Amino acid sequence: MGQIFPRNANLLIRLSIFAGLLLFVELVLILGVYFRSNYFRQINVAVEQPIAFSHQLHNGVLGVDCRYCHVSVDKSYFANIPATETCMTCHSQIKTNSTKIAPVVESYNTGEPIEWIRVHNVPDFVYFNHSIHVNKGIGCSECHGQINEMAVVWQEQPFYMGWCFDCHRNPEQYIRPRSEVYNMNYVHPADQLQVGTDLVKQYGVASKEQLTNCSTCHR
Amino acid sequence: MQTLRSRRSLLARLVRYSWVGLLGMLLTACHTDMYNQAKLQTYEPSTFFADGRASRPVVAGAVVVGQDEVDTFLNTGKIDGELVDMMPFPVTADLLARGQQQYTIYCSVCHGVAGLGQSAVAERGAIVPANFHQQRLRDVPVSHFFDIITNGVYRGDPTKDGYQSMFSYASRVKVEDRWAIAAYIRALQLSQNATVDDVPLDMRDQLGQ
Ligand code: HEC
Ligand code: HEC
Ligand code: HEC
Ligand code: HEC
Ligand code: HEC
Ligand code: HEC
Repeated sequence: MGQIFPRNANLLIRLSIFAGLLLFVELVLILGVYFRSNYFRQINVAVEQPIAFSHQLHNGVLGVDCRYCHVSVDKSYFANIPATETCMTCHSQIKTNSTKIAPVVESYNTGEPIEWIRVHNVPDFVYFNHSIHVNKGIGCSECHGQINEMAVVWQEQPFYMGWCFDCHRNPEQYIRPRSEVYNMNYVHPADQLQVGTDLVKQYGVASKEQLTNCSTCHR
Repeated sequence: MQTLRSRRSLLARLVRYSWVGLLGMLLTACHTDMYNQAKLQTYEPSTFFADGRASRPVVAGAVVVGQDEVDTFLNTGKIDGELVDMMPFPVTADLLARGQQQYTIYCSVCHGVAGLGQSAVAERGAIVPANFHQQRLRDVPVSHFFDIITNGVYRGDPTKDGYQSMFSYASRVKVEDRWAIAAYIRALQLSQNATVDDVPLDMRDQLGQ
């Protein structure tokens, strides 16, 4: 019986080893890109809620301040989702016959909370705090985008560690006067670096060493 | 001879199956238990309680720390059951600024920034907020505003079709801020009915500029 494989098949075998290694590297890269993609993180994907509540109408058109509903955003680490009673301050009288409001009224009468779907979430090993950011002149739109134009909320930033660091290393590029924090349409001035550096000093923003210390966010 | 052979093959077998260990190391990176830890954060659902809420509603009859003295003038705006035209602490420029900020967040939505009862919400017609510049509200004691923020306005007969015309804001505006808003509304009222005589002499020549 003659040889099945010719002698030069050895080369093929060697090449296929390299090809296999390459394939492995490619797979790792593809997985890496996939897990960092906006698709995986569901960035810019509108989240459907049990009630067709619109920030665009309530904040953009009616001009209701963020704090009317998200009361604790400047007082605690957590920006609360409004209680049903907050909706009822208006909807006990406005649009009471609308089918879209019916679940709100039912929740108010039964005491069963409305089950809003969560949009933003950082892993449990990360500590985030709203009040410190808001009170040191970081506007909502810096992290949440133009909420006042969203009929349905979506996440606009990836919330990677690198993204947090981008600002924690250079807060002067993003800081704004406290009076503009709740203004979703704020545009940074041309001389942001100059203004920002002054504001960082004026508001006593912590040093870069402190802001990039691991234990600031992982505690 | 026999022993040597078997030992070699053991070594070979170990080397051959070492990739299993490597694969195991790869898999350890797939843990997600640090992402979702055994603690419950605000609003996280809980299987422990029947209603599924991790954040528990306040137990009936609970008293908030520091609010045990509910009967004081500071907390009711009343002395011997009567509203009094008096503030529990001095009115400063800072207090009015705070009042303006809180008023703009919680009240201007309906009553309008100038307190005329005109706003995007009032325009829709279903809600008719009060105009703060009517004579009746100009005559009431300042603590009336505190009382309204704390208790809201109820219209009609509770047994028939009575309804909460304006809701209480007590859960969202703390006591000091309610007084600040009350003082700011008084200032708004004065501003709408000011005359030249209210302007200090040395600043009158700046008028009309
Ligand atoms: C009338 C009440 C109201 C006002 C005013 C309001 N919100 Fe909301 N907000 C809600 C409700 C209800 C939800 C939950 C439903 C949803 O996600 O759409 C929510 C959700 C959100 C979320 C997503 C939370 C999550 O699940 O991760 C963000 C971010 C947010 N609001 C930001 C803002 C900002 C910024 C403003 C001010 C410009 C604002 N909101 C004003 C009621 C309000
Ligand atoms: C400041 C008053 C105010 C508050 C607070 C408020 N709304 Fe509204 N809402 C309105 C007004 C005004 C409209 C528009 C009515 C119209 O189109 O004429 C509206 C419209 C809506 C609609 C659309 C109704 C329809 O049939 O088109 C929904 C749904 C709604 N609101 C949900 C909510 C929820 C949920 C909350 C609580 C988080 C809330 N609103 C809080 C004033 C308010
Ligand atoms: C520095 C970035 C940043 C700023 C500024 C910011 N947020 Fe957030 N927001 C986040 C992050 C991160 C989360 C997710 C927090 C978590 O998972 O615990 C979040 C979550 C939320 C939520 C969901 C509830 C919660 O706390 O998890 C609401 C509502 C919200 N933000 C509203 C606001 C409002 C209103 C403002 C402006 C007053 C604001 N945010 C400003 C980063 C920011
Ligand atoms: C746009 C700018 C910006 C972004 C984005 C940002 N931060 Fe910050 N962060 C600040 C500033 C400014 C401070 C205030 C520092 C000080 O003076 O204490 C701060 C402070 C903090 C603190 C300290 C709170 C305390 O109690 O000491 C934590 C924790 C924190 N940030 C977490 C985060 C996390 C987590 C993210 C990403 C999800 C993030 N931040 C994104 C600007 C930012
Ligand atoms: C500004 C806040 C902040 C600081 C400071 C910070 N981190 Fe993080 N870190 C985060 C956030 C947010 C995430 C989650 C990112 C994500 O969702 O993938 C994270 C994730 C991580 C992870 C897990 C990565 C993963 O995907 O599993 C490690 C490890 C980590 N950080 C290490 C560190 C170390 C080491 C330091 C100090 C040099 C540090 N962090 C400082 C915000 C911070
Ligand atoms: C959701 C809309 C709404 C908001 C927000 C609101 N009000 Fe009212 N308010 C009303 C309505 C409606 C009335 C008229 C009640 C009536 O006469 O039946 C009223 C009446 C009043 C009155 C007159 C009571 C009287 O003696 O007749 C005062 C004072 C008042 N509001 C103060 C406030 C203050 C202070 C705030 C902010 C904390 C506020 N309101 C926020 C709707 C609102």
